[in-house]
Amino acid sequence: MTSLWTRVEPLLARVRKPARYIGCEDGAIEPRHGPGKVAWLLAYPDVYEVGLPNQGLQILYEILNERADAVAERTYAPWVDLEALMRERSIPLFSVDTHRAASDFDVIAFNLSAELVYTNVLNMIDLAGVPIHADRRRPDDPLVIVGGHAAFNPEPLADFIDVAVLGEGEEVVSEITEIVREWKASGRTEGSRDAVLRALSKVPGVYVPSMYEVEYERERTMSITPRYPDVPSLVVKRTVSDLAEWDYPRRPLAPLTEVVHDRLAVEVFRGCTRGCRFCQAGMITRPVRERPAEQVRTMITRGLERTGYNEVSLTSLSTADFSGVESVVSSIVPDPTACGAPTVSLPSLRVDAFTVGLAAQVASGRRSGLTFAPEAGTWRLRTVINKLITEADLYGAVESAYANGWSRMKLYFLTGLPTETDDDTRGIAELAAGCVAIGKKYTSRANVTVSLGGFVPKAHTPFQWFGQNGVDELRRKIGVVRSAASKGVHVKWHDPAASLAEGVASRGDRRVGRVIERVWREGGTFQEWSEFFRLDRWTNALAAEGLDVEWFTTRHRDENELLPWEHLSAGLHRDFLWQDWRAALDEHGLPDCRWTPCYDCGVCTGDGLEHVVASPIPPAGGSQGTGQDLSVGGRVPEAIPVRLGART
Amino acid sequence: MKIRLSYGKWGKVRFLGHLDMARLWERGLRKASAPVAMSAGFTPRPKMSFGLALPTGAESVIELFDVTLDETRIDAENGSIDLELLRSSLTDAMPLGVEVVDVDPIAPQKWSLQEDVTATTWVLAVDTSATGPSELDERVAGVVSSTEIWVDRERKGERRRDDVRPGILDLRIIERGIWPATSELSAWADSVSLLSTDIQFVEATLTTSGRGVRPTEMAEVLRPGVDPWITMPRVVRTHQWIGRDDAPRVSARAGKDITHDHSLEQRLERRSEHSVAGSSGGYD
Repeated sequence: MTSLWTRVEPLLARVRKPARYIGCEDGAIEPRHGPGKVAWLLAYPDVYEVGLPNQGLQILYEILNERADAVAERTYAPWVDLEALMRERSIPLFSVDTHRAASDFDVIAFNLSAELVYTNVLNMIDLAGVPIHADRRRPDDPLVIVGGHAAFNPEPLADFIDVAVLGEGEEVVSEITEIVREWKASGRTEGSRDAVLRALSKVPGVYVPSMYEVEYERERTMSITPRYPDVPSLVVKRTVSDLAEWDYPRRPLAPLTEVVHDRLAVEVFRGCTRGCRFCQAGMITRPVRERPAEQVRTMITRGLERTGYNEVSLTSLSTADFSGVESVVSSIVPDPTACGAPTVSLPSLRVDAFTVGLAAQVASGRRSGLTFAPEAGTWRLRTVINKLITEADLYGAVESAYANGWSRMKLYFLTGLPTETDDDTRGIAELAAGCVAIGKKYTSRANVTVSLGGFVPKAHTPFQWFGQNGVDELRRKIGVVRSAASKGVHVKWHDPAASLAEGVASRGDRRVGRVIERVWREGGTFQEWSEFFRLDRWTNALAAEGLDVEWFTTRHRDENELLPWEHLSAGLHRDFLWQDWRAALDEHGLPDCRWTPCYDCGVCTGDGLEHVVASPIPPAGGSQGTGQDLSVGGRVPEAIPVRLGART
Repeated sequence: MKIRLSYGKWGKVRFLGHLDMARLWERGLRKASAPVAMSAGFTPRPKMSFGLALPTGAESVIELFDVTLDETRIDAENGSIDLELLRSSLTDAMPLGVEVVDVDPIAPQKWSLQEDVTATTWVLAVDTSATGPSELDERVAGVVSSTEIWVDRERKGERRRDDVRPGILDLRIIERGIWPATSELSAWADSVSLLSTDIQFVEATLTTSGRGVRPTEMAEVLRPGVDPWITMPRVVRTHQWIGRDDAPRVSARAGKDITHDHSLEQRLERRSEHSVAGSSGGYD
């Protein structure tokens, strides 16, 4: 149980950014280990600068350390330079708080915010000195737990994890702690690992892959069956009903070295019912639960005082929808006792003039750039994906942005969406050109950057049945946008090859685990980093395992297919998702249910929950999809024939 | 009103780079509610100016930086500022290992901090377990008696070959017992001695003006071809010499004052004459 610091320290002057490994952050909690305490190692499977700001990890770090029977420390993936030195010297993965060996903890809990980090999960388990295969672990090995958005289809990791937690962790970490504490007190005897896992499998929201038998016939999943009668056949996600009871993090972590979101973050609400059909986050985090505006203000004031930051980001999936946004923003005034007035940043801007007005109100200093996400190039395709932004909304937002002094716009689009035609794809360039034309009225420097992402369908969304575009098709579409882009429009794009690998991991079943293991053994860590990503590692691994890449990625699924995550639920009715998928193909938009009657997606009714929205009326300017005459987007064109392999 | 802060940087925080430290000071000054003057313009910044960068991985008894305070804010509060209180609240606001030791008002400067400091003294903890202590003795004697030492090094992204000998103003092996003079250095030496039984301490005074010499380069001179951080697992800056007539004469802690060390003073003077004569300006 000794610290590895004296072995790690001599290596640090020899690696890049050694401050990644020293801990000492503002808000770090001095851990107090003890025999009766369950020791959690909260792990982020990417580099420190990406992982430190993660709010989920920070929240659990505090909640666990507040418990008398638990203690939590943190770890992040060591960068490749340090990893090589550690392996050379047999130094295991360590916590950044006290440099304690990972295998000294009772639980290693990974936050999975994306799928391409899976190889890093394996690498960190291995670096911890813990067997990567769950069935090889001994009673004295830590339990390996995953949570976070990607844990909603943990099947590709089924062989490597002991437990997956679906949904929000605030309450369930305590329930897990209690069971693990009992196990620890009982001495973790031979054979007890199975018993503790079985006990955990009965906790709502906790999924233990080894308690389920999955049968395949050729490529298809035939059945997913609990091994024991007391193991639930459907695991439903956890949801915290009232955010006001969870004003965490109370001691936000402010790092010593620069990280990706280097500012205070205050979460203003969870969930989103805009209903964008491609968006997994919006689907799996329902219902909407707002934090009281007064609590938001308190968290901002205290957080700024504690950390010394002078910038706060109000986080959510669509912050302009927060009913308290104007009152919160207007109450943040320069504090004369601190150097520099705090500034507010609003990520996830909705696309309309109201939102830009809000952004103008909070922006201080130089207005460098503003980002909007129309996601698709034509109104028709936006009704398919249910991103109900009209051209007038976008142009109004852009006009307002230029009028308020911004000169550079960034527009996010997805390509490879269901029913997308080349007209839709070219529409991206046309919209961008329209924005440049507006900008030219204000400044000769007006330019627009188009950022193209290849669409990867995700589990628990209406598009979970859709066959994604292959690498060549995505490349072709990127080419369509590039050649249609006029002067003043710059096109950037995400690597289509990475989208394919992400697709394999996103909708994979348990057999994909062997592919992930192969990619990792071939040295494929940090797959989210373009300098380390190579598609051939993935295609070779798939071929070696006799698995067909098209089966997992570009193939359309039909209504009757048993999906690999069918035993896991985000609370959404399967019927709702299927009907929404059909509505998408019929180009029917679906309004936001916060201010319109319920269409029974299943989340609220199934969980006895309600939306917690402070305002009974839609937010100012928030026309999009709410009581909106959907015909204002222009005439819906003739239905485009959709080639859907499974469509009968 | 301008103040000069001197602080020590010890332990884990030595792995923070210069830019990270600058950002941390900005946050630390806000946490301590220091009435810092802000620059004008689109993006107001606190008015701070930093001294010589401390290499990432090196520790220090004495780091310096200057802050301009906002008179109107001081007046608005109670007309004066308690510098001792500011010192202690800044230490509290900064991470463990950063200790503010002095906060002094200073006269408006003609020269920036970076230009004021012409040399710095370091204590290198050299691990001699691979070579034995006698080799280090010989090597130090060899460096002192040599007239030129050419090394390949990189400056501003360019490979170049330089004679570093003129930049090594003083070099000696120091004995525990005589050194160190202060309790903080003594504690440092104790913790360093835990790393290996064969730690020897080498004191080096290196020029910072012109073609300055870094402590890592000094370590490479002592053991060519070896990673300097293997030769020298720890290094601490003990003095920053301010050697110009119109600047404060000295900013030295650790029980040593430049005015009592005439040989070094003379060497510094020779050095500055040389650099003024030898190049235009002489400051990099």
